[in-house]
Amino acid sequence: MGEVKRTALYDVHHKHNGNMVDFAGYEMPLYYDSIINEHQAVRHHAGIFDVSHMGEVTVEGEEAEGYIQHLVTNDITQIDEGGVMYALMCYEDGGVVDDLLVYKYTSTKYLLVINASNIDKDYAWIKKQGEAFDVTLKNISDAIAEVALQGPKAEKILQKLTDTDVSSITFFTFKVDVLIDGKKCLVSRTGYTGEDGFEIYTTLENIAHVWEKLMEAGQEEGLQPAGLGARDTLRFEVALPLYGNEIHKDITPLEAGLSYFVKLDTDFVGKDVLVNQKETGLTRRVVGLELLGKGIARHGYEVLSPTGEKIGEITTGYKSPSLDKTIALAVVDKPFTKLGSDVVVQIRKKQVPAKVVSKKFYKKNYAK
Amino acid sequence: MKIMDNCYYTKNHEWIRVEGNEGWVGVSDYAQDAMGQIVFVELPEADDSFAQEDAFSVVESVKAASDIYMPASGTVTEVNEVLEDEPELINEDPYAHYICKIELEDMTELDNLMDAEAYGAYCESL
Repeated sequence: MGEVKRTALYDVHHKHNGNMVDFAGYEMPLYYDSIINEHQAVRHHAGIFDVSHMGEVTVEGEEAEGYIQHLVTNDITQIDEGGVMYALMCYEDGGVVDDLLVYKYTSTKYLLVINASNIDKDYAWIKKQGEAFDVTLKNISDAIAEVALQGPKAEKILQKLTDTDVSSITFFTFKVDVLIDGKKCLVSRTGYTGEDGFEIYTTLENIAHVWEKLMEAGQEEGLQPAGLGARDTLRFEVALPLYGNEIHKDITPLEAGLSYFVKLDTDFVGKDVLVNQKETGLTRRVVGLELLGKGIARHGYEVLSPTGEKIGEITTGYKSPSLDKTIALAVVDKPFTKLGSDVVVQIRKKQVPAKVVSKKFYKKNYAK
Repeated sequence: MKIMDNCYYTKNHEWIRVEGNEGWVGVSDYAQDAMGQIVFVELPEADDSFAQEDAFSVVESVKAASDIYMPASGTVTEVNEVLEDEPELINEDPYAHYICKIELEDMTELDNLMDAEAYGAYCESL
């Protein structure tokens, strides 16, 4: 085990009474005030998250475009300069290495944003795939700090601190050199909550200043610092996948229900397996569940058929703060993936009935 | 942090208040604070019997499920059904909102528990 890292916002978290936990090798706030209050702040006002633990890799070179196309499942030739695309990296067997955001500066310069828990593994994979291409790769994760400003008031708050017209940063685009209270930032209209909002990248030296200024600017808009707990409940309600839960090395993007981000007419690592899987049909898939009895279905709990055979397992489950229902995501065998199917969740000693429902538990409110 | 003088405490932060051979059992203020917002309580059933330190209930916060252990051996005589619909009451006042009542089997087991003063010192040491 390496030493637990602290982000450049560590002191800020303490100032705001962050309840700190070890996450992916970083000491991060699970919550400040309470998970549910922070969740509701993001849904109705705004929240600010420290996401400095995320990883960043730059890709530069004549063959950058062809290389990334080989690396990820989505068609990155469809990204305009200044555009962002969600994609997945697969192993040769179709399992997921990680999901990521691809930022395109030009066809010879990109930024990849990867999950904190996967930085070392991903970077090794990214380098290995790059050997045959004329590209220069740099893991700049330790030099980049990042906050996510999310919620319906995000644009109004951010606009107070910059001369850049932030409404011109449209959904899944970014701008570099945006001055936030004089500090140079890269700002993208992306996020992981299902709400409108921005992800703001800057240096370790500038991040605390940016955070504090955003907090001041957002005071009357109800901006709250939000921790990893709310980050997870928010992304779960809109069925955004989490690596290690809905996606991992033993599940393919198609099984995870992410076929929209898999373009089988492009060439990428793992494609043959996915083509074959599409032709022969999936044997299991990630679905939404609503529990009909009392209890909370947690990650790893077994899902059973009404006759008691194991047909899958829970990938994420919570009592939804927005809906006041107990819901879950689960990977289940094909015969039970149809909406309305009856299943049973084994919660400790009890068997709780559940039904398959749409994964879109809560409607996304992106500004498009 | 609130510690009630009229209760005994376990190292796992359960409390028991004893009257005659009846005991009211719940989780301490320290425990509810550490767990965060409580969203579900899995109650035992009346007539269930538990030995001292057996898991008898599960209290779930937004993020995690925590087993709750019996401070002393006994048989459940009553469960606090209010917690099924309002589990957050434990956050509001963990001593007013017991999880269940038990009929104690062996009063000498209370000697294994901490009184308020010892429990206060124990919490300080954590």
